[in-house]
Amino acid sequence: MIYFDNSATTKPFTEVLDSFIKVSTGYFGNPSSLHQIGGQAEKLLAQAHTQLAKLLGVKMSEVVFTSGGTEGNNLAIKGVAMEHKGRGKHIITTEIEHASVRSSMEQLAELGFEVSYIPVDKHGRVDPTEVKNAIRPDTILVSVIHINNEVGTVQPIKEIGEVLKQFPKIYFHVDHVQGVGKVPLDFYDCGIDLCTISGHKFHGLKGTGALFVRDGVQISPLLSGGGQEGRRRSGTENVAGVVAMAKALRMSLELREQKIDHLQQIMGTIKSGLKQLPEVTIHTPEKNAAPHILNFSLKGIKAEVLVHALEERDIYVSTTSACSSKRNAPNQTLVAMGVPADQAASSIRMSLSYENNQQEAEKVLTAVIDNVKRLREVMK
Amino acid sequence: MMYDRILIRYGEISTKGRNRNKFIDKLRRSVRKAIEDFPKARVQSDRDRMYVLLNGEDGIKVSERLKNVFGIQSFSPAVKVEKDITIMKAAALELFKRLYSDGKTFKITGKRSDKKFELDTNEINYEFGGHLLTNIPGLKVDVKNPDINLQIEVREEAAYLSAETIRGAAGLPVGSSGKAMLMLSGGIDSPVAGYLSMKRGIEVEGVHFASPPFTSERAKQKVVDLTKKLSEVSGQMVLHVVPFTEIQQMIHKQVPENYTMTTTRRLMLRVTDRLREKNGGLAIITGESLGQVASQTIESMYAINEVTNTPILRPLITTDKTEIMDIAAKIDTLEISNLPYEDCCTVFVPSSPKTKPKLEKVQHYESFFDFEPLIEKAVNETETIVVKPIMEQQIEEDLF
Repeated sequence: MIYFDNSATTKPFTEVLDSFIKVSTGYFGNPSSLHQIGGQAEKLLAQAHTQLAKLLGVKMSEVVFTSGGTEGNNLAIKGVAMEHKGRGKHIITTEIEHASVRSSMEQLAELGFEVSYIPVDKHGRVDPTEVKNAIRPDTILVSVIHINNEVGTVQPIKEIGEVLKQFPKIYFHVDHVQGVGKVPLDFYDCGIDLCTISGHKFHGLKGTGALFVRDGVQISPLLSGGGQEGRRRSGTENVAGVVAMAKALRMSLELREQKIDHLQQIMGTIKSGLKQLPEVTIHTPEKNAAPHILNFSLKGIKAEVLVHALEERDIYVSTTSACSSKRNAPNQTLVAMGVPADQAASSIRMSLSYENNQQEAEKVLTAVIDNVKRLREVMK
Repeated sequence: MMYDRILIRYGEISTKGRNRNKFIDKLRRSVRKAIEDFPKARVQSDRDRMYVLLNGEDGIKVSERLKNVFGIQSFSPAVKVEKDITIMKAAALELFKRLYSDGKTFKITGKRSDKKFELDTNEINYEFGGHLLTNIPGLKVDVKNPDINLQIEVREEAAYLSAETIRGAAGLPVGSSGKAMLMLSGGIDSPVAGYLSMKRGIEVEGVHFASPPFTSERAKQKVVDLTKKLSEVSGQMVLHVVPFTEIQQMIHKQVPENYTMTTTRRLMLRVTDRLREKNGGLAIITGESLGQVASQTIESMYAINEVTNTPILRPLITTDKTEIMDIAAKIDTLEISNLPYEDCCTVFVPSSPKTKPKLEKVQHYESFFDFEPLIEKAVNETETIVVKPIMEQQIEEDLF
């Protein structure tokens, strides 16, 4: 099997699963219980908090465990909106956000909030000046994705952060789900107030994630109840899941140190190989792109057909972000970048992890080229 | 050009006379410990300065560590260059360009301890200022409030260029003032008292009183966590956990309720004093703040302090709770202290403790029972833990 769909989800590391099983069997207590079994679980939870905070370069109290990226984005956006609506009801975001951000915004719009969507240039990048121009006296939140999940463009987070430093009352949320472990992001330096990550995107388990909430930032909880996670996210903590996530992040960051160059090499091979096909348009920009995501279209070849053709050879890629692919709509990011609709509809995304290697890249290339030749004749 | 070293200024140590070398030695040890996990970095010291030679380690991360080391007045990331004006000028320009962005102002602060150098201080300022101005269009001088203050220091062995001075934690190097025992309850105040004592160079050992089953394992863990935080200053810290249940139960049998608090404190002090003697300490530190609670009135202190002649240091005695909380937040102990577990002070607290206990009365109440054997036993059964900033996992290591 060659798995090139790591932006949809990753395969959990064996070591991560080991931790999950060990904690689930040996330390199954509820961290809130007074007795020792609870105490042990609480200790593990605290350690997971500490480790994750350390790896992200933030404080332990600033990490709120969630069920994943969607919850993190919802909690950040709706949490700020609900808590600070008395001060203003205007929110700024971009046209290339993940569905969980976009839909949260749409829901808030129905509740009387106003949302400004900043467009992107042909490389899929937001201009920080446009963010600045969109700011109004009643703006309370700016939410920007770090690495676009569909084409891999890296947004100018630091520059937007600089702009927002002149507006201390506006909160800055960053969706870092695709970036974590791949493209470093200094939360404090960029002036970020809230930042979402998701465990299963870096070889942790589904149903785990975290939201960074900077000290002093008040958010209204989405889930109320027992007051866990500093009253910001009630519900019995997923101790085994977060221990596994803390381990997955440690391992991913270690792998990054060793293998980031290797990953770039593999990506280079795929890119230069694809460029030899006359039908190919590569949508992922040359500059300011994440090392692990490649988005391209093949003129005249329907993306879905190619996905299934590759599947026959046990190769797995995707058409668009997994969260949007079932809707059968053209790739939103590409449309926002001004890519013609027919091209946007035929785009393929390959996304790598540190576990992929050069031979896999070559095999995939051969498979794509063979199939294109075959399909070319049929689909003309 | 990247900074290749960090120059450390001693501050108060430099006023020490014959003991100076001892202080410098302690400081060098603290610095080494603080940057232990940057294996390539080397520490060099002389009478006036200490240098961390980075050898490729990340200067920003090393600086972060140095901020917390006691005994450092200030420090500056610096570049060492040959004492040749042409080479120095090129280096100064290169360093400056890294820091400069449009609109920033600057000044040069020249300094020379090598009086044989061909330029004097004013000439250094003039020469280098001129060099930067001709090479960077639009650059402006501001001698009063510059954005960048480029310091050029010409010493015997070489010249040093630096552009920022970062304030250190001041104080004296850890261990330069002897050892003392810190009574550590798990509350907000005692860790702060410990931290401030460390700032003045004291080597601190914690003493915690545990009364299982009245106090839980978590209350103890909380104290271990606080100790862990404090140990970041010195690299490690010893914690003594005293089994106190038996003594506490006996107090309740022997002493009228409104005096139990006073007697409890007296006995804690006696146990601590015994541990101090055993471990070679010379003082006892508490987190008391005058009038904060019943045991911290001047009358209570008078009645409690009577059991020992050992100096009791009370670094927080005149501070307010809010000031203490500010420091606790700064040293990251507040969050841990705020965890809500019962400790030995809260479980047995009488409903109306005496705020003005009489010494004669407390002596009288205690005279009916010989606590000595119980104290002896508690001291002998005390558990001693060496706590390090990163402790090996008590629970299976490979989980994380």
